[in-house]
Amino acid sequence: MTEGCPKHCILMCVLLISGKSKEAEIKRINKELANIRSKFKGDKALDGYSKKKYVCKLLFIFLLGHDIDFGHMEAVNLLSSNRYTEKQIGYLFISVLVNSNSELIRLINNAIKNDLASRNPTFMGLALHCIANVGSREMAEAFAGEIPKILVAGDTMDSVKQSAALCLLRLYRTSPDLVPMGDWTSRVVHLLNDQHLGVVTAATSLITTLAQKNPEEFKTSVSLAVSRLSRIVTSASTDLQDYTYYFVPAPWLSVKLLRLLQCYPPPEDPAVRGRLTECLETILNKAQEPPKSKKVQHSNAKNAVLFEAISLIIHHDSEPNLLVRACNQLGQFLQHRETNLRYLALESMCTLASSEFSHEAVKTHIETVINALKTERDVSVRQRAVDLLYAMCDRSNAQQIVAEMLNYLETADYSIREEIVLKVAILAEKYAVDYTWYVDTILNLIRIAGDYVSEEVWYRVIQIVINRDDVQGYAAKTVFEALQAPACHENLVKVGGYILGEFGNLIAGDPRSSPLIQFNLLHSKFHLCSVPTRALLLSTYIKFVNLFPEIKTTIQDVLRSDSQLKNADVELQQRAVEYLRLSTIASTDILATVLEEMPPFPERESSILAKLKKKKGPGTVTDLEEIKKERSSDMNGSAEPASVNASAVSTPSPSADLLGLGAAPLTNSAPPPSSSGSLLVDVFSDSASAVAPLAPGSDDNFARFVCKNNGVLFENQLLQIGLKSEFRQNLGRMFIFYGNKTSTQFLNFTPTVICSDDLHFLNHFLCLNLQTKPVDPTVDGGAQVQQVVNIECVSDFMEAPILNIQFRYGGTFQNLSVKLPITLNKFFQPTEMSSQDFFQRWKQLSNPKQEVQNIFKAKHPMDAEITKAKIIGFGSALLEEVDPNPANFVGAGIIHTKTTQIGCLLRLEPNLQAQMYRLTLRTSKEAVSQRLCELLSEQF
Amino acid sequence: MQFMLLFSRQGKLRLQKWYVPLSDKEKKKITRELVQTVLARKPKMCSFLEWRDLKIVYKRYASLYFCCAIEDQDNELITLEIIHRYVELLDKYFGSVCELDIIFNFEKAYFILDEFLLGGEVQETSKKNVLKAIEQADLLQEVILRSVLRSLNV
Repeated sequence: MTEGCPKHCILMCVLLISGKSKEAEIKRINKELANIRSKFKGDKALDGYSKKKYVCKLLFIFLLGHDIDFGHMEAVNLLSSNRYTEKQIGYLFISVLVNSNSELIRLINNAIKNDLASRNPTFMGLALHCIANVGSREMAEAFAGEIPKILVAGDTMDSVKQSAALCLLRLYRTSPDLVPMGDWTSRVVHLLNDQHLGVVTAATSLITTLAQKNPEEFKTSVSLAVSRLSRIVTSASTDLQDYTYYFVPAPWLSVKLLRLLQCYPPPEDPAVRGRLTECLETILNKAQEPPKSKKVQHSNAKNAVLFEAISLIIHHDSEPNLLVRACNQLGQFLQHRETNLRYLALESMCTLASSEFSHEAVKTHIETVINALKTERDVSVRQRAVDLLYAMCDRSNAQQIVAEMLNYLETADYSIREEIVLKVAILAEKYAVDYTWYVDTILNLIRIAGDYVSEEVWYRVIQIVINRDDVQGYAAKTVFEALQAPACHENLVKVGGYILGEFGNLIAGDPRSSPLIQFNLLHSKFHLCSVPTRALLLSTYIKFVNLFPEIKTTIQDVLRSDSQLKNADVELQQRAVEYLRLSTIASTDILATVLEEMPPFPERESSILAKLKKKKGPGTVTDLEEIKKERSSDMNGSAEPASVNASAVSTPSPSADLLGLGAAPLTNSAPPPSSSGSLLVDVFSDSASAVAPLAPGSDDNFARFVCKNNGVLFENQLLQIGLKSEFRQNLGRMFIFYGNKTSTQFLNFTPTVICSDDLHFLNHFLCLNLQTKPVDPTVDGGAQVQQVVNIECVSDFMEAPILNIQFRYGGTFQNLSVKLPITLNKFFQPTEMSSQDFFQRWKQLSNPKQEVQNIFKAKHPMDAEITKAKIIGFGSALLEEVDPNPANFVGAGIIHTKTTQIGCLLRLEPNLQAQMYRLTLRTSKEAVSQRLCELLSEQF
Repeated sequence: MQFMLLFSRQGKLRLQKWYVPLSDKEKKKITRELVQTVLARKPKMCSFLEWRDLKIVYKRYASLYFCCAIEDQDNELITLEIIHRYVELLDKYFGSVCELDIIFNFEKAYFILDEFLLGGEVQETSKKNVLKAIEQADLLQEVILRSVLRSLNV
């Protein structure tokens, strides 16, 4: 014991330890470890005492932060000692340094079994503690059947019962399937009546956890818990002796009982219900009594019970009187001098705000909460204040709350800015009566905290402006004014570019915002923007060509300039080329059709809300209605503006695209896109290599689609199959166009999309979820029909689905199958990163299973520009200046599936002399590396 | 409760107790992050904070921080008093406990904790009952501290 070694002596020792350098400590420890190892391996058998001493030393060294890889066997030996202290150290070692060696586990389990059967309460206690501390599945397999028996046996000592209850709880948490329900459950419930408060305390935790999963079986616990609680809250502060804590009777047990009651609705039995209401009233009354002690422990314990009681009141949400009292009590705490209480009151009020009975009562505290936002010194308290303002917001106070949040945003901590931005954006939309207020608010957000405004927020403002024609003119005027600022945020340029491209005409009558002025204003920002924004601006320009024919030549000059036409970025260059061509070739009518105003977006749930939930977890977004809505939303819930590339040769791009070309078929009510589809081919016929005659092999064609999304998939004398598809994250949509090339009708025309069996694993689980609608069974001669396939990538997959088409032509039955080019790489999102990042991640993925390499002969001329385009088309980002050898290509991206995201790195090393390539893929998943490598190897 | 950590003002970990299965790597990462977060907080700040999807409850006693991670539904104030009761238990057992008692009698600190909390739940709140269990064992306990120190040559 410590008496043997006075504290000042120990102090000296510690000073000695800490005075030494790290190296000296490691040297010293290694010497000691070597010594212990030699003792363990020595010829002389060690006695129990020495064994214990060395095992204890190993533990000490481990807890200093050094790794220990031996001594387990000696510790296991200690378990079978009859000396308590030796056994105790053995168990401690086993619990702290859990080892998965199966032979050891067998020995440990044996020792535990012996101790459980020993009938010696201290030994049983040690064994139970060990099971609870390790809590592994193996332990559950060995003991989950035994422990319930110990728990309910009549002759088990109280202390053993306590350990058995919590031990069982731990096993139930790790392996619920291994804990058998049975007769014992009803006897466990009756432990709530036990005389020993320690037993009740332990049993309540077990019952609460079991009741959460099996409410029916533990229903009787409600009345027992209420009567136990009632006895505690009405007892005098000294009645419970050692279970009274700073004048508060059994606070831990009270909290646990209140927690147990939160697993159930209000009791049906009026007597039980009345008794519970009395308890809750007593607890609320006690909060008003003067404190029995000035110690913080007294007030903490008392308030812990109070807060738990309030949680129960909120959970029941049925007694308006109690709810309002709870709210008033929390209101008092809002101005308490204890920071902890202010924090908890703000937190608890958030849930009260969602109850119809107390929402109004919560709202009366708005000034205090706003004040907290301004004066609290602790960011975590301010965060709670923001949450509460969000929760208490409704139509009546939205303008005030949004204004205060915007105000706070100017000085808010960086850590919570993004969240506040999301909250303001949601509130502004939800409670906007006047959409000009909404537009002002969002533009203010961008001005104040542009860096924290995520894509979802600016996508959403555009959706709303497009869907409400009453605000379009105002929006155009406001963004135009906001863009006048010499330094404005790039997000503002995006919103401004988009809105002026759609609705610039609404303000063009004013000479101060004439077409040319609008164009020059936007173009003055162009060179300061990133590639995606520039791409968006180019689309605005082509929209201007349609809106304002008078500035067409100015725009063409800009598109024609070398910095656009010869831009190093493929996407920009392509847009410049295509838009320039479009503006030259197409007639005014065609332009007007192609560049028509965006159709309204279908009403969808705000993706901002989804983002906030993702950030905060669903529990903290309190609006129940929204949560319900969220549950029912399907893949249409994604709210980004449609991004469909204008041309058949276009590469997928992450930027939002203005051109309404492909967007029309996305909306449910829009006309079929066949006309615009064929129009595209006409307009770009000289650049669209994809419409060249096709090779007969379907596999060849399939390979072509790996790096692009649109084109002709199949063609023979009778039928042409064209594809247009777009992918975003783990979702995609494919339009299949079936063209009848003959002059005769096709009858019983039935295309079917089949996920090949390889796509399934575990029989039930689909990797790729495809949904199609049947098409009209008759296709007239020369006509084209369209079919939409909605695609969801659930997890990574290997085989592409098969498209089977059957129909009657003349008297003959036709049956053909082609592979549908839905490949894993379609779910790529490109990731830009620096050279340093790239190689750091490259190294992290150095496990041989994560890397797949292929060396192959070039099938096409080795042209660097084409290779770059293919890598981008493949979906990854092309990282320039990353590889020390400029001839090599490296790429990075993330594969999005519903279940997971997989980071992917790739490197392609051409060898011009040998006409060979070496392709290396590294991802966190072997199968993904393998598949991507296969797909990409076919491309060069 | 998911885990409890005791660490010094210098960030040295003195005791760790995990009630959820985690790999050593994860434990180290969590410890590092949390120690940093808690040490960065100013004295008068509130004792609770949100961290990942957990709630952290911490309190400083002299040179030592006691830090618990609890779940969303758990009660912060009662957790604060769990910490205090544990400190009282240590104090009663060691007689005016200090950080060094916990360093050199680490096994005792673990044994006391196991009697008080098991599987992350309060097992026994009576000071008397917890210490009775420990003291019974001590009747047979020999001094091992000295030999540990001697062999470490300090």
